[in-house]
Amino acid sequence: MSGGGARIAVRVAEVTEVNALIRRIRFVRPDGGPMPAFSGGAHTVVEMDDHGTRRRNPYSLMGDPADTTGYSIAVRRDDAGRGGSLFLHRHVVPGMDMVISHPVNLFALDLRAKKHLMIAGGIGITPFLAQIAQLAALGGRFELHYATRNPALCAYGDELAARYGGRVHLYHDDAGQMIDLPALLAGQPLGTHLYVCGPKGMIRWVRSSAESAGWPRAAVHHEEFLAPPPGKVFDVTLAASGKTITVGTHQSLLEAIEAAGVDAPYLCRGGACGQCETDVLGCDGTIRHNDHWLTEAQKASGQKIMPCVSRFEGRSLVLDR
Amino acid sequence: MGLTFKDETFRGDFTFFNSPAAIRRFPFPFPEDSYMYSVNMEPHVPGRPGSVFEKTFDVDEHYVAEMRERARVLAEDPLRCQSLPHMTLAGWDLLELIMQAKAREYPDWFSLHRDGDRWHWINRPLEIEQRFTFLDETTLPCGPMEYITRQTQGDFSLQDQRNDNLWMDAGMVTTQADWSLDFDIGMNFFEWHAPVPLAHEKQIFTRALKFLMNVQHGVPARRFNWTMTIDPLLDTSPENYPKWGPSRATLTPENVGRRMHLRVELQTFFRLPRSNALAFPIRCYLIRFEELATQPKWARRLHRVIRDLPDELAAYKGFLRNKPIMVDYLAQFDDGTPTSPGWWAED
Repeated sequence: MSGGGARIAVRVAEVTEVNALIRRIRFVRPDGGPMPAFSGGAHTVVEMDDHGTRRRNPYSLMGDPADTTGYSIAVRRDDAGRGGSLFLHRHVVPGMDMVISHPVNLFALDLRAKKHLMIAGGIGITPFLAQIAQLAALGGRFELHYATRNPALCAYGDELAARYGGRVHLYHDDAGQMIDLPALLAGQPLGTHLYVCGPKGMIRWVRSSAESAGWPRAAVHHEEFLAPPPGKVFDVTLAASGKTITVGTHQSLLEAIEAAGVDAPYLCRGGACGQCETDVLGCDGTIRHNDHWLTEAQKASGQKIMPCVSRFEGRSLVLDR
Repeated sequence: MGLTFKDETFRGDFTFFNSPAAIRRFPFPFPEDSYMYSVNMEPHVPGRPGSVFEKTFDVDEHYVAEMRERARVLAEDPLRCQSLPHMTLAGWDLLELIMQAKAREYPDWFSLHRDGDRWHWINRPLEIEQRFTFLDETTLPCGPMEYITRQTQGDFSLQDQRNDNLWMDAGMVTTQADWSLDFDIGMNFFEWHAPVPLAHEKQIFTRALKFLMNVQHGVPARRFNWTMTIDPLLDTSPENYPKWGPSRATLTPENVGRRMHLRVELQTFFRLPRSNALAFPIRCYLIRFEELATQPKWARRLHRVIRDLPDELAAYKGFLRNKPIMVDYLAQFDDGTPTSPGWWAED
């Protein structure tokens, strides 16, 4: 079983500019066969060969999960990012062959919920598009509150409002519109589950508001993929494979391990799923833990590292890989 | 396919037995001469032709009789099949997985025609033909999980994944090694494994849960488990313990070869696509000691495994009182020669 599990060879069927920042890419099988069905909230890891640099970025599947003719993702261009979104914006054209992973869901609906209350910010709308399609088909009860900077950047807002009417609420920052979160959280029926996907600050705001309003932890769900942060160049010794590698400023440790030809496990590549957890055999310096996976105690112990997002500063780091 | 489905019973007169071909393909679970718990997972990929690993869901000579037995158990105790309301979608996922696999891998016996949501399923061994609408429960005679597991050997548990845990929220359990779905339904992974001795201290379940939560769609996994059963009784349930428990006091040196069975579970794990639930089929294979003794390597090794098994494990597996009789019987097949690595009888 290699690194990220099962993969699918796909062809780019369609590229659509949704607005000034977002482009939608649709993947199909070259032979026209069906894609696996998936669950709302799932993502796929898109592999890119960016002029010799191997990039693998996770994107939420935004289509109807019951539609097995193809997968769609929405990519927000990040001009200051590491280059994955820029590659998808500048170089991907219809007809191109690519490789993506089977769907993985780290943001699943809790199907026991009496009601699903969804809060989206910006590009965080994408997993909700699939979840709403799934719930609409199953007859589930949902309500979406979707905030963007302005109407021009409110991707899919009009379609959602037209199709689902009063279940969709749109907010535009430029018009001074704000989600009245305390009132919203206070007015939900028992058995409601709360989902949030968006910028870091929004996730923190929604989770802490829910916590102080007394919501059970298990009823509050969020998804936040971390981009691997840049940092200083550092060297790592991979004890099991007998290699010493150098991790570049804009490269993640996981990417450097892969570039050295070492097969390492991963799923989300965003510090959330735990699959890439690696034992630290020696550390003379400081591990910069950037993940959501390890406990504070594990981070303090210095015996584990999540190479998809975490880095190192110091004299030497030895990993069991 | 030249397989004949046998007419046999798993209760009363116990006419079940394994043909010589079934003995040779038996999934003997011990790759070495001793046993201790381990997570022992491997990818569920097609194995040797003819083996129980060749197909996604193995169909063998006991298929029709096992399905008849399941129907009897359900008629006596409908609570052996339960699905909490949020698990219906997972039931459809399971139905799709099994129908597609069987139609692809056993085209002489099963076929599936799909026209959008309108599906047409034919199961020739059980003489079933069904037209239904996918995801519409009203078009099947029962729920989707019950429908397909009445036609598939092995027990099934469907586990919801949430709150960093797995929850046993649906299942079909009629061929179990002394556990109860009715008792376990709604429990999480640690709760339903609470009775297992020794393994918790070894952190086995913490590691196993982590592995299972990361089982990905398209990459199923499998492992073995095993126990011992007197007489070829599929339904060794806690609910029916008064009916079968006393048989443990009737084993003798004279009847142990005929009545004692090694009971092997081939457990597989599949991520279900629409529900994100985990399907956990537990397929039970039985082989009587006399049948097993026809394979010299297996008989030698089983003697060593049982002889050296810690008493806690023998007690948990329910054969501590009969262990001396079993070891004495198996000793006659063990001349002390080494056994080759791996579980294949002929290697």
